[in-house]
Amino acid sequence: MTETEIYTPPILETTDDLAEMARQIRRDIIRLLTMAQSGHTGGSLGMADIFTALYFKILKHNPQTFWDDHDQDFLFLSNGHISPVWYATLARAGYFPLSELATFRKINSRLQGHPATDTHLPGIRIASGSLGQGLSAAVGAALGFRLNKSSNFVYCLMGDGECQEGQIWEAAMTAAHHKVDNLIGIVDFNNQQIDGEVRKVMGVEPFADKWKAFGWIVLECDGNNLADFLNAARLAQSLARKEKPVVILAKTVMGKGVSFFEGTMPDGTNWHGKPPSKDHEAKALNELPPTRFGDF
Amino acid sequence: MSTKLQSRGEKATRAGFGEALLEIGSDEKVVALCADLTESVGMKKFAEKYPDRFFNIGIAEANMTSIAAGLTTTGKIPFIGTFANFATGRSFDQVRQSIAYSEKNVKICASHAGLTLGEDGATHQILEDIGLMRSLPHITVIAPADFSETKRAVKAIYKHHGAVYLRFGRPAVPDFTTDDIPFEIGKAIELNSGIDVTIIACGVMVWRALQAAYKLEEEGVSARVLNMHTIKPIDVQAILSAAKETGAIVTAEEHQINTGLGDAVANVCARSFPVPIEMVAVMDKFGESGTANQLLEKHGLTSEAIIQKVKTVLKRKAMTA
Ligand SMILES: Cc1ncc(C[n+]2csc(CCOP(=O)(O)OP(=O)(O)O)c2C)c(N)n1
Ligand SMILES: [Mg+2]
Repeated sequence: MTETEIYTPPILETTDDLAEMARQIRRDIIRLLTMAQSGHTGGSLGMADIFTALYFKILKHNPQTFWDDHDQDFLFLSNGHISPVWYATLARAGYFPLSELATFRKINSRLQGHPATDTHLPGIRIASGSLGQGLSAAVGAALGFRLNKSSNFVYCLMGDGECQEGQIWEAAMTAAHHKVDNLIGIVDFNNQQIDGEVRKVMGVEPFADKWKAFGWIVLECDGNNLADFLNAARLAQSLARKEKPVVILAKTVMGKGVSFFEGTMPDGTNWHGKPPSKDHEAKALNELPPTRFGDF
Repeated sequence: MSTKLQSRGEKATRAGFGEALLEIGSDEKVVALCADLTESVGMKKFAEKYPDRFFNIGIAEANMTSIAAGLTTTGKIPFIGTFANFATGRSFDQVRQSIAYSEKNVKICASHAGLTLGEDGATHQILEDIGLMRSLPHITVIAPADFSETKRAVKAIYKHHGAVYLRFGRPAVPDFTTDDIPFEIGKAIELNSGIDVTIIACGVMVWRALQAAYKLEEEGVSARVLNMHTIKPIDVQAILSAAKETGAIVTAEEHQINTGLGDAVANVCARSFPVPIEMVAVMDKFGESGTANQLLEKHGLTSEAIIQKVKTVLKRKAMTA
């Protein structure tokens, strides 16, 4: 891969610009998953707006100096199974060539099924996939930032089903106890997990109260509304550095953007872990018209 | 080596860990994490001297393991300390994904390993940790023999970039190793030269291997003793030289017979130069309450047991000759 193949990220001023990029990332997700015939469609589509907002507006980051320069915000994806949205966003943000998205889940690819570090894909700092570990890693990075007197933020994305893992709450307790206030958690609160609705499988409610009781500042927003999420993210930044960690519970719809992938299916299942068929792909791309950014 | 190594007195390996950690603490990159066992594992002095760089994570070992991995992303060198059972068995998936697979420079420092933990009994006496850790790619596994060697090992793993599992123990044990042979990760140390048989040991069994060799010498058996402090990457060269030059091997470890040092040595020999091997280890059993020495006695982890295995292996060697 040569440097020139790396996509030059556009400047996105308005929420309309961001929405168009989010739509492009959704197209990328559908296409790369269809090529792979394997991977997680639902959570990836549901988180496309948040990833777009983070990488094009919120994060202080520099793809060119990802490996060497620690003077930037760090992002950890604890729910590693939604790697398609991360890979598509990283490629669109200039981390690696767009063409590489076609290698997802294929042999010798840097785009492993779940995020990996041993393939040296820029953008990824730790492996994830086995759920529940990412918030701890983010707490570690945030403590490291504090020791380094860095003024940057650590962001950690998690799933709502993932929050059934005890380690998430161990990490939550640690962050509050050690006054980790440069850490912003973002939970994909879609009320879906593999076996169905979170509230039916193993309820996490009262969710906001749990985080509050663990010593966190809690914000809630519509994770599929760009303006609403941007407000929440900026509010989180302004509430940070006051000796408390901040978490945004972002209500999202699993499969958002493609009507027939959204939420719970009539038979009670969802699109958590299935890839689109060729047929699905055509219909899905119909619902997501092409953008000025173009497909990979 | 012809001079017999003497014990300079008894000291705990965990105390050696604590002293060395304090010394390397002068490097700002070094941070220490503990899970409510600060004094037990030997981290107290570091915690007092460098409070900003010490984090008590509470009783949450899996969390501590992943936090340490996260700390490395900001250039820190985290040393995590807890009992060996919780550092490995409890946190295996975290060690596997966050540290080993992610190739993180975390030092997993595990105290109270094995039977010699004593009275707390089998729930705490992990005898499977070497196997668990050596099964993972990208991780170095070290079990030093005494207080002094633990100190040298800590300094060596601090300089080494990469994940390390360092196994040490609770009780005071003979302190006998000397630093005339520098501690090099992956390089076995010959503590006694010999031509009839080689005893390969790690941890508290190294002292017992030496005592066995000294007694055997009186009976006219020349036993080489290798201190195999690094179980992974194992010193293939030293094992093959032992196999070729002495033709028989006895391994000795405070660990299950399955998956430990004995298996690692047998693996090397089976693939390159098979010779008769006997193993002194815990025979697929859990431990129990008792003093360290009573437990070692009961489970046959003694110099007498090593001597018996040497006699057995020499008979097998004679039969195959
Ligand atoms: C420790 C662990 N247990 C089980 C799994 C299998 N698994 C992968 S994703 C998932 C559901 C996660 O739910 P959620 O975090 O809500 O993600 P979403 O389905 O909304 O994308 C499960 C059980 C896993 N990856 N890790
Ligand atoms: Mg979910």
